Amino acid sequence: MPLLSVSDLKTHYKSRDGLLRAVDGVDLVVERGETVGLVGESGCGKSTLGKTVLRLVEPTAGRIAFKGEDITTRDQKSLRSVRKSIQMIFQDPYASLNPRQTIGEILEAPLIVHKAGDRARRQQVISGIVAKVGLPADSINRYPHEFSGGQRQRIGIARALLLSPELVVCDEPVSALDLSIQAQILNLLVEMKKEFGLSYLFISHDLSVVRYFADRVLVMYLGRIVESADNATLWSDPRHPYTRALMDAVPDPARPRQAAPLGGDLPSPSDIPTGCRFHTRCPLATDLCRTHEPEFRTVAPGHQVACHLASHIH
Amino acid sequence: MTSLLQVDNLTIRFTRAEPVRNLSFEIGHSETLAIVGESGSGKSLTALALMQLLPSAAEIAAESRISFGGRELTGLAAREMRHLRGREIAMIFQEPMTSLNPVMTIGRQIAEVLMVHEKLSGRAARRRAIELLELVRIPAPDKRIDDYPHQLSGGMRQRVMIAIAVACKPKLLIADEPTTALDVTIQAQVLDLLDTLRRELRMAVILITHDLGVVAQWADNVVVMYAGRKVEQALPGDLFDDPLHPYTRGLLSASPRLKRDFHYRDGPLTEIPGSIVSAVGEAGCPFRPRCNQARASCGHHVPPLIVPAEDRLVACPFTTSSKAVPHAASLRF
Repeated sequence: MPLLSVSDLKTHYKSRDGLLRAVDGVDLVVERGETVGLVGESGCGKSTLGKTVLRLVEPTAGRIAFKGEDITTRDQKSLRSVRKSIQMIFQDPYASLNPRQTIGEILEAPLIVHKAGDRARRQQVISGIVAKVGLPADSINRYPHEFSGGQRQRIGIARALLLSPELVVCDEPVSALDLSIQAQILNLLVEMKKEFGLSYLFISHDLSVVRYFADRVLVMYLGRIVESADNATLWSDPRHPYTRALMDAVPDPARPRQAAPLGGDLPSPSDIPTGCRFHTRCPLATDLCRTHEPEFRTVAPGHQVACHLASHIH
Repeated sequence: MTSLLQVDNLTIRFTRAEPVRNLSFEIGHSETLAIVGESGSGKSLTALALMQLLPSAAEIAAESRISFGGRELTGLAAREMRHLRGREIAMIFQEPMTSLNPVMTIGRQIAEVLMVHEKLSGRAARRRAIELLELVRIPAPDKRIDDYPHQLSGGMRQRVMIAIAVACKPKLLIADEPTTALDVTIQAQVLDLLDTLRRELRMAVILITHDLGVVAQWADNVVVMYAGRKVEQALPGDLFDDPLHPYTRGLLSASPRLKRDFHYRDGPLTEIPGSIVSAVGEAGCPFRPRCNQARASCGHHVPPLIVPAEDRLVACPFTTSSKAVPHAASLRF
């Protein structure tokens, strides 16, 4: 039984421009111990998907199951026990830490909410996790502004791991950090995964980070998964034209410069193109693509693509 | 070739800090110079100094020289600088939304520049604004010209910023993290556009970035900054092939992008320990507290820039080319 299993999930918002289909029919599975990378550009719905999985945002339709148990319609109170097991790490650790609380207070709150032992026990858990994420012991008496960006992200990680979760949703955890700090945080996340047997849903717009960090990769475009494969396969044999364009767009010193692989902008999620939702930017689009939405089909074991032309692309 | 811009010994001073120290570089006509560094390296302040737009608390030290097209910019009267700024030196920023006026159509914002600097009439300026929108590849420019910034996507807004910046055909364009806020596919479009304009308008570009991949593909020459100082300068090919400063080496080996087949199951990424904050108050080499090759003497004085090879500069006396070292494999990326 997979740790997390999501089927035909939809998260729609009402907006001034009409119905905004941020997540528009997503299936995904995270197995125990697995790191699933979710890549896509801003506006593709990847963050909304991450939040919907935790039910921080309510789904419009579909099913979310955690360890086989349907949590889609559970009320907020009975969700609490599940929330303990699914935690989240955010992009901007500063915005997610209360500036008026010391690190000790910030870290104690979840332990109080989840009734994890008495005060002495809580202090013990906190100093344990503070050491594990590589923060100095006196951090607990200090305030968020006293820390650098990388250290703040360590605090965010400490808070997510306090309650011994099984699944951690990481939403762009290194995007706001300088390159020299990114490696520190990625290494810490790998260490924590080994130490606590974690599974990650790792959301990022940065393909090279996902390439290093994920076991399996999902590529998302305008609310849907357009390609799914294990890491090595995706990079050696990408089948969706969008996946290929994303890879080509990353400036790589080892490769001569080439023309921008895609023209145009991401269409609005309140006005999703007919047929294949990528056809307006796809260099290979045919008449079929403009009228018929491609199915998400298996092209090789463990490799799925939503493209009419997938079998012709190598 | 005579250089277009020559910066000599630039030091920017606040009451209690010198975020840029003894920085020198030059850039030729139609060249692209990349300045790379992380937050706190002083790269954005350097750009503001060139535009003479530093915050009032900052001052440029007396011995600093900024020569642009043979004219000295330090100490230039505000009026004269206003005349140069926007006309001969233009700048674009990371987040176009914060530099565009939200209550003014993009057409008026472009036209304003032309009316001020080129003394065009309102009608002529509008016509020229449409041409500029076309130049920066905005579809249906005659319709888009009456849009407000919020009606445009991030990539389109950056194109509008570029249109404003190149409106008077400047000789130098300073682009401060122009694509950092954009998605990769849009980033590629915007960088393409900048490079096309550089050639068409024969304009030099200073590209300020933290993205080493961007540097490798778009720059003619690269300056690496750390804690306010230039620590290395090289042609991009040389820099990526054989980085000399321990900081540059650290950056390259910490970057997952440059280790393409490396996976977390193969082992951890190479870290640069600590953070740039450790350079504050450091008497010697600013990188010493994070350097894996630091020796006692590194704390004595700031290492001067040396010339290890043609077209190269490095501020580390102990550097050896990885090419000459037998254990070079461990430094490759």
